[in-house]
Amino acid sequence: MFCLIPLTHNFKYLFYTIMSKKTGFLSSSIGKKFLMGLTGLFLVSFLVIHVTLNSFIFFNDGGVSYNAGADFMAHNPVIRILEIGLFAGLLLHIFQALLLTMENRKARPTPYEVVNGGANSSWYSRSMGILGSLLLLFLVVHLSNFWVPTKIAVFNHTEHNTFAGMKEVFAQWYFVVIYLVGVISLLYHLLHGFQSAFQSLGLNHKKYTPLIKKTGIWFSIIVCALFAAMPITMFLGIIK
Amino acid sequence: MASSSKLNAKIPEGILENKWTKYRSTVHLVNPANKRSLEIIVVGSGLAGSSAAASLAEMGYKVKVFCFQDSPRRAHSIAAQGGVNAAKNYQNDGDSVYRLFYDTIKGGDYRAREANVHRLAEVSGNIIDQCVAQGVPFAREYGGTLSNRSFGGTQVQRTFYAAGQTGQQLLLGAYSALQRQVGMGAVTLMARHEMMDVVTIDGKARGIIARDLVTGKLQRHFGHAVLLCTGGYGNVFYLSTNAMGCNVTAAWKAHKKGAFFGNPCYTQIHPTCIPVSGDHQSKLTLMSESLRNDGRIWVPKQKDDKRKAKDIPEEERDYYLERRYPAFGNLVPRDVASRAAKERCDAGYGVGASKMAVYLDFEANMMRYGQIEANKKNLHNPTKETIRALGKDVVKEKYGNLFDMYKQITDEDPYEMPMRIYPAVHYTMGGLWVDYNLMTTVPGLYALGEANFSDHGANRLGASALMQGLADGYFVIPYTIGEYLSEEIRTKAIPTDNEAFVKAEAEVQERINKLFSIKGTKSVDYFHKALGRIMWEKCGMARNAKGLTEAITEIQQLKKDFWSNVRVPGEQHEFNTELEKAHRVADFIELGELMCKDALNRNESCGGHFREEYQTAEGEALRDDDNFAYVAAWEYKGESNFELHKEELKFENIKLAQRNYA
Amino acid sequence: MSHGNMNLTLKVWKQKNKDTKGRFETYDAKGISPDMSFLEMFDVVNEQLISSGKEPIAFDHDCREGICGMCSMYINGRPHGPKDGITTCQLHMRSFKNGDTIVVEPWRSAAFPVIKDLAVDRSSFDRIMSAGGFVSVNTGNAKDANNILIPKDDADTAFDAAACIGCGACVAACKNSSAMLFVSAKVSQLSLLPQGKIEKQDRVLNMVKQMDEEGFGNCTNTGACEAECPKSISLENIARMNREYLGASFTQNKA
Repeated sequence: MFCLIPLTHNFKYLFYTIMSKKTGFLSSSIGKKFLMGLTGLFLVSFLVIHVTLNSFIFFNDGGVSYNAGADFMAHNPVIRILEIGLFAGLLLHIFQALLLTMENRKARPTPYEVVNGGANSSWYSRSMGILGSLLLLFLVVHLSNFWVPTKIAVFNHTEHNTFAGMKEVFAQWYFVVIYLVGVISLLYHLLHGFQSAFQSLGLNHKKYTPLIKKTGIWFSIIVCALFAAMPITMFLGIIK
Repeated sequence: MASSSKLNAKIPEGILENKWTKYRSTVHLVNPANKRSLEIIVVGSGLAGSSAAASLAEMGYKVKVFCFQDSPRRAHSIAAQGGVNAAKNYQNDGDSVYRLFYDTIKGGDYRAREANVHRLAEVSGNIIDQCVAQGVPFAREYGGTLSNRSFGGTQVQRTFYAAGQTGQQLLLGAYSALQRQVGMGAVTLMARHEMMDVVTIDGKARGIIARDLVTGKLQRHFGHAVLLCTGGYGNVFYLSTNAMGCNVTAAWKAHKKGAFFGNPCYTQIHPTCIPVSGDHQSKLTLMSESLRNDGRIWVPKQKDDKRKAKDIPEEERDYYLERRYPAFGNLVPRDVASRAAKERCDAGYGVGASKMAVYLDFEANMMRYGQIEANKKNLHNPTKETIRALGKDVVKEKYGNLFDMYKQITDEDPYEMPMRIYPAVHYTMGGLWVDYNLMTTVPGLYALGEANFSDHGANRLGASALMQGLADGYFVIPYTIGEYLSEEIRTKAIPTDNEAFVKAEAEVQERINKLFSIKGTKSVDYFHKALGRIMWEKCGMARNAKGLTEAITEIQQLKKDFWSNVRVPGEQHEFNTELEKAHRVADFIELGELMCKDALNRNESCGGHFREEYQTAEGEALRDDDNFAYVAAWEYKGESNFELHKEELKFENIKLAQRNYA
Repeated sequence: MSHGNMNLTLKVWKQKNKDTKGRFETYDAKGISPDMSFLEMFDVVNEQLISSGKEPIAFDHDCREGICGMCSMYINGRPHGPKDGITTCQLHMRSFKNGDTIVVEPWRSAAFPVIKDLAVDRSSFDRIMSAGGFVSVNTGNAKDANNILIPKDDADTAFDAAACIGCGACVAACKNSSAMLFVSAKVSQLSLLPQGKIEKQDRVLNMVKQMDEEGFGNCTNTGACEAECPKSISLENIARMNREYLGASFTQNKA
């Protein structure tokens, strides 16, 4: 019992250190981007799981493996809790992005007449906000396509064949196009975001940074290629 | 010869080695409570100004710092490349305080005060200690100790450096100390403010009139003491290695208010600068003296040789410095190297399109370094190309930034062809006359760093300017100012509505009105360029009585022309760079006249002052110690009227001798 | 007076002072030599403006050898113009072609208000330095310099960071007007050296706080600052500062 008093004090202190409006870590420019990086990497870790599960369709077994996986994901209580965390992370990422963008706009009230950004940086590193917004729009479509029907099924205690739903969606060309736009936005968002997150967390080292950068590029390409392969293969009828 | 009664250098009694220690321990002190109510104005934020302001604020004085740039960090000390000297003897090559003292006196051609120079050598080591403590990233050896290199005029390695940016690093160190005091509220920083005049009350300096360069408003500032740390006046020549804004205005205004001007004719022409390329040129760029460690200077033996440097065989090249001065070779002092280059060019051996340049050639040392590298790498019978490539890498590591800068400016690759260099105005040894306390002839008015005349005699050795600026600011003025301020503790801050302030401001305002009212046809730069041409041709590297006499008349005419035909556009109460320049050029014109008069008076050659009438058979400077071993301190007596006062230079520890670097 | 045979058109930002609105004006630059520096080209234009009774263009400059950090022109969409690793004063006209139109703007940032035309107020940098860009050592407190041994690599890395000239090109280049490269260069220099380690926590916290208060934007790691820095200050410094800041925020022994 006695030890709880200093503990609560410590928590209070820690809370103050992080959250205080004036002096807290998160009120500073570095704290904000630290949180961007952290939530970003957290979302990246989700992508790994997502893309792994999706790849089950490439067994081309009529969705048996895939549906088993999807069912596990829909009902496992640990995943349920993580899902809440995922949404929290996503919202935090979006909220911070809006906050930072607004501050950044304010930091240059008069814009330049001519900007030759291509001379000093990649277009996608300068377009994270637009890419992110595209991703968000895509997410709305994506969630309404898959996540919402799954949730309704769980709520109603009915069976839901996700694989069948997928085939239905990807039979329509405009959904394929929307998904490809989403995946391309993700690709470029990741190409900058992956290594940028490490930089924001202070992880830059002569030896390891080149490795991180390469990993980021390959990770982005592989993940996005796998994501893109689904609608394409399904639309073309390769996956049955 | 006896010194003028108006000049009391206040050099302490006793033997040379003990003078400073004893003086420092007995100089009057101001107690901490009194320091809080004493206000000091520091004009200029270079090495001398920043270090003085920071140190005085640390001690408890109330300090105000003025600089015309947008930040104190931009002062031109930032551009010093090569290094800073200190008698640390870290290289175990026999260096000592005495040797640094001796080299400096000799390098200055026996025209500096022994006591001042010895003090400078004594505190030189403290400077390095202080800078390292501030986090100045000096070059280091693999063992973690500090690294040194050689510079002209010495035979020991005592120069500390930070690549080719030593001045920058030292200034940023002093600037950080200054900004720390600003943050603590001990220093009030007045950036983008220019001093327009000194205010004197009952003969003592009591403040300044400044102009806020953004709003154009004139301001009055009180101080118990005023420190001028405003650098040199090399821009009187228009083209120099100084920054565009460097000016003499503060020192000149002080001069007109009673401060004597010491040795104005002593100007240093730096031997290794990039030659002038056309009449559009606005400034000259220095190539660090450190290049002379590895570059060999030569011209063709044949006059008007049109071949490319590479096509001229070894035996047809004249390595004239090595020929004339075998002991020091390419590392002779600056004045000697500069004059030798001028002599060759005047004789018709110059190179490049203008024929006003000599070669600085790294080929031989590139090959030498390449051979060493090849040996290290155990390469047997390497080809010439391999050796050269290896050597090129070594040279690149040592001087890469300078080579890049050269290429940037000239569009020529110095790795493939020798650099073309020519002397250019770089530093002014002359400046406001000060006593041992660094006080001018106006009580309460001090001059530090390049702004004073004190430590370099008639020629400054490389890497000694940084040393002097920091010595004055960190280790001299904090003690010596006590001598004056201890008598001022009863002086309350004088309100700036005092009539002396009102009158001084009115005079400045009147001059501004006058400048605007002329509405002439010629720009300020036109006059500056015209002045520069007169000064360079007649009061430059070589001078003679005829030319100087002509120059004086020409400058007086130019002055008349300026005050009837200059055009200053815009208005006073705005950011107006043309108005700023007009003030500065008007003062340069007046200074130019005094420089010529001083050069005409000094009928001898010494250091940077070379009178063609006074040279040895070999063309070396011929001093006249019997008649000219004195500091010429000029008193302002009215327009074009200056009275000479002499301070006799006594050499009790060094025997006067003809400088010999052969 | 003619110097060369290049003729150019300049579109230059003109603004009387910080309280008035600015606009672009077009000028002809005639008789320009390729050997002129960019600022010498401006000298020629100004000379012509003055002689024809017009007001010259105000711009900041001083050393004209790339070290003082005073010059600050945003040329054709890039700070310090089209060449890497140099300041405006080192840019030469041979980098342009006869007949080119060149757009010249001041640094644009809320933290760098325009003073006049192309000159801006960068005193925010000085205030950041005052907040902690120093080692707290009074004059006279130092011990012998070689008592502090510093590994050559550390000294070299510290020097590379210390090479910053405080020109503000990083802020001008950044799409967010972030000053992270400038601040991190000083934080890095001093945190790498034993002399600076003692107060490194206070330093990074105070300097970042001041930076945020000045109204600079947030870093999004585009790398534009590093690419445009005339002294090639590395992005590693920003990561180092992020690290230092994180460490200081959570371990500083103060409430």
